[in-house]
Amino acid sequence: MSDNNPVVELKLPVIPDIELSATKTAEVISRHMNLSEEKTGEISMAIIESCINAFEHSKTKEIFIHFIVETDKLTIKVKDRGIGFDKSKVEIPNIENKLNSDERKRGWGLQLVSELMDTVEYDSDETGTTVTMTKKREDNE
Amino acid sequence: MSDSIKNVEEISEVVVITTSGYFNNVAGDAVLEVFNQKMEEGKTNFLIDMEDSKVVNSIGVSILIEVIEKLQTVDGKLAFTNLAGIVEKTFNIMGLTKYCEIYDSVDSGVDNLS
Repeated sequence: MSDNNPVVELKLPVIPDIELSATKTAEVISRHMNLSEEKTGEISMAIIESCINAFEHSKTKEIFIHFIVETDKLTIKVKDRGIGFDKSKVEIPNIENKLNSDERKRGWGLQLVSELMDTVEYDSDETGTTVTMTKKREDNE
Repeated sequence: MSDSIKNVEEISEVVVITTSGYFNNVAGDAVLEVFNQKMEEGKTNFLIDMEDSKVVNSIGVSILIEVIEKLQTVDGKLAFTNLAGIVEKTFNIMGLTKYCEIYDSVDSGVDNLS
């Protein structure tokens, strides 16, 4: 990443549906990068899920989102200063297991982010969690 | 009617629920409420038109898994129409499309469900 890479930073308080403000920002940045409509939708969905996870599990009152525009990719960091989590303890969801059982129907966030983005990394400890995810830009975009 | 539900109508024994706006937990609960009410009336075929819901989250969609589960007990059907690309992709990842058909239009959905 060079110093010339544009960076957009958002600080979001816990307000119902505030994650939609981050998707609006993502749409503007995607347009700036000439990313396809399909990729824009995937980025928006991944942001929604990352924000919801942070709001629900971090027990903090605000989260921070950084969009880093690079020549070949968009990097998005969703950070909180919460209690952290152990990703190895998160089960991969499966609809067959959720149907006709007492298992809660929710718990899809990490799986969705993983499938929608090109790379996803989690850095989490008792001082907070940072999700770093990227979407590549193709040569023809 | 909830702000998340634009319209509910019955066409050829198919309950067509048209949603509106962000399909989150509030919208999911609103659909579940309509679904429960119609199921109590004996309806078993449901089509959800999401033309006005281009953005979803997994909490809202998870509530639809509950709808699928309830319909399995009465051999009912749930289908969707007018899905945005990312919504269809989300349904695929979550596995809903293993249990629900997706149609291009309300007419096509009703024809196949009735």
